[in-house]
Amino acid sequence: MPDRFEPYILGLLCNWCSYAGADLAGTSRIQYSPNLRIIRVMCSGRVDPRFVLAALKNGADGVLIAGCHPPSDCHYLTGNLKARRRYYLLLKLLDQLGIDRERVRLEWISASEGERFSRVINEFTEQIRALGPNPLKAS
Amino acid sequence: MPDQPRIGVYLCHCGTNIAGVIDIKKLLAYAETLPNVVVAKDYTYVCSDPGQQLIRKDIHESKLNRVVVAACSPTLHEATFRRVLQEEELSPYLFEMANIREQDTWVHMKNPEEALELAKDILRMSVARAAILEALEPKEVKVGRRALIIGGGIAGITAALDLGNGGFTVYLVEKSPTIGGRMAQLDKTFPTMDCSSCILTPKMVSVSRHPNVKLLTYAEVKDVQGFIGNFKVKVVQKPKYVDEKKCTSCDECAKICPVEVPDEFNAGLSWRKAIYLPFPQAVPPSYVLDDVNCLGLTPLACGKCKDVCEPDAIDYDQATKEIELDVDTIVVATGYDPYNPLNDQEYNYGIFQNVVTSLEMERMLNSSGPTTGKVVRPSDLKEPKRIVYAQCVGSRNERTNLYCSRVCCMYAIKQARQLKEKHPEIEVRIFYIDVRAFGKGFEEFYERAARDYGVLFTRGRVAEILEDPRSRNLIVRAEDTLSGNPLEVEADLVVLSVGIAPNADTAEIRRVLKIPTGPDGFFSEAHPKLRPVDTVVDGVLIAGTTAGPKDIPDAVSQAKAAASGAASLMAPGVYVVEPYYAMVDDSICGGCGICVLLCPYRAISIEDKRARINEALCKGCGACASACPAGAIRMNHFTDEQVMTQIEHAVAR
Repeated sequence: MPDRFEPYILGLLCNWCSYAGADLAGTSRIQYSPNLRIIRVMCSGRVDPRFVLAALKNGADGVLIAGCHPPSDCHYLTGNLKARRRYYLLLKLLDQLGIDRERVRLEWISASEGERFSRVINEFTEQIRALGPNPLKAS
Repeated sequence: MPDQPRIGVYLCHCGTNIAGVIDIKKLLAYAETLPNVVVAKDYTYVCSDPGQQLIRKDIHESKLNRVVVAACSPTLHEATFRRVLQEEELSPYLFEMANIREQDTWVHMKNPEEALELAKDILRMSVARAAILEALEPKEVKVGRRALIIGGGIAGITAALDLGNGGFTVYLVEKSPTIGGRMAQLDKTFPTMDCSSCILTPKMVSVSRHPNVKLLTYAEVKDVQGFIGNFKVKVVQKPKYVDEKKCTSCDECAKICPVEVPDEFNAGLSWRKAIYLPFPQAVPPSYVLDDVNCLGLTPLACGKCKDVCEPDAIDYDQATKEIELDVDTIVVATGYDPYNPLNDQEYNYGIFQNVVTSLEMERMLNSSGPTTGKVVRPSDLKEPKRIVYAQCVGSRNERTNLYCSRVCCMYAIKQARQLKEKHPEIEVRIFYIDVRAFGKGFEEFYERAARDYGVLFTRGRVAEILEDPRSRNLIVRAEDTLSGNPLEVEADLVVLSVGIAPNADTAEIRRVLKIPTGPDGFFSEAHPKLRPVDTVVDGVLIAGTTAGPKDIPDAVSQAKAAASGAASLMAPGVYVVEPYYAMVDDSICGGCGICVLLCPYRAISIEDKRARINEALCKGCGACASACPAGAIRMNHFTDEQVMTQIEHAVAR
């Protein structure tokens, strides 16, 4: 499939749950699509909406924010809840900017969910593939 | 940054884990093209001593001031390489790990081309980030030698004794009027058949008399502020209305008290008075007046107990006391609650009198229990001839708790053996999903129960319990999953082997201490394997069933581990904190206070119209930095600039 669109996905993962979940997918040797570039932050609450906008501006086709399961898994108690609030505000902003909100996804993936991590990446990759390249990349 | 970055890049083969998937030489060639890279090398195992030597040598010969290792996950070897830098007199925070194993070659094993491209991206992002890393200094805080232990069950007592013996000052806070916890209610303990009280009560006495242990019973921790080395604890102690020093436990007050309420210690199977001794070996050995059930704390309402109290120990004027403690470490050992089967319709517990819980059975088996050791049916107080155990009540069930409670198989077998020892002629049948006899001596214990004692084991979970309304006998329905046949067994008494549920106070402790619980509702370890008694809050440790279901030996081991963990935090007198804290740029901060509201650790305050961050309280989540409208907050090691650089380099192929 030489012409298949391979999206670039940026993942902002919290250190304690989702980054560890990604590591677990590795130690369990679960194979998933190689479209994700991971940035580790200490908490999903650290994810400044500007990070997401910058990623899109730089040509990422999709951005994944992942943290610990609400309500109580967050290492920092409520960082995931803050991430969630910001995420929904960010979606409104994306609408205003004319960026498809499907390009930004928030997921809860725990340190014991390697399987789920790979499933999310595969699903999200297919979702972005269907959307096509980020239109900001051309401009 | 005054110095031009000089980065050394080390690519690890990790045997064939990495080099067996991607062409490491191609990655090496790519590494050499990256900006600021002075040295790039590959090696079979960079984490090994020769691998580390490679880095050490280059730091000096090539004057490296940044190091990037592309290998496994930072959770595995970041600490290893940071130590290398520190030993070579470089700041350990000038190190960056590129995770090309767990997040690349192990998950794209069948796609080496893409794996190589991904490795290049990961490496490029790491090198770019490394170039702008800052030389942070680890911070030291002073730590004293005072520990707070919350919960006076076997775990709390053990931790208190270990710390006390080690010369640390211990405050042992227990919610009930006596220490001893759940273990005090048990009759015998598997698989050694030690009498529970015989092994527990001497420890209760030692801890109460220990010169380094201050015991606070009938007391609860209401608030904790501060951090390791500097916890300020507010304890609220309820009045017992009895002077512990004067009370001689003569029992005259209880004899005359006109109020009777169900006795918690006997699982509600007997009555106690409103003024009572929780149990004969209670520590402190003092009566307590339960002011909820007392007719009124005044001679006008009743006052009979005060009249008969010869040593004049009863004082109706006692009031709730607020006690403030300064401690350096905290051990949480708040224990569990037995699972309450009232809402499980299939068992009809609470409706059919002859359905009892295992704790009620435990009390009946106890010679100082409500029936003085005689096992009877609650409906007619006759001795049952056919007893059925229903296993996994409140455990391993999607509708209740998914987890295994770890003790029910063994205590049911233990009780069955005790029953058969006393009355070999009765029939005891255990309905189980599978028998989990995993501990030392457990399997042998289980085999003997079946072989030598004639306990019957039927594989199948109890589906339903019905009652013959006249005889009050029970009909137990289950599927024998070995033969596939539905079964109906008539029994005189059914015992529900109830599991271990999180203590009802867990939510309160969680709120006060800000330590997380897992999906099961028990407190979470900092790492399930390697830090099993630490929590994510430095200086707060967990022990016993508060961290998950476990038996007595496991609770004791964990308590000893927590005590040694607390001791090793306190013994050096100082504690090193990772410098992952947020900092405020005073020249930008407008003092709006948004960060103050967001901080879950109350680490931020507004002083002189500027946000002030207490570095020791800050845990480095960065929630404030991402919300600061002025961009005045800098989250160390994860600054906006550092994250933005990674974002930029992630897609700039």
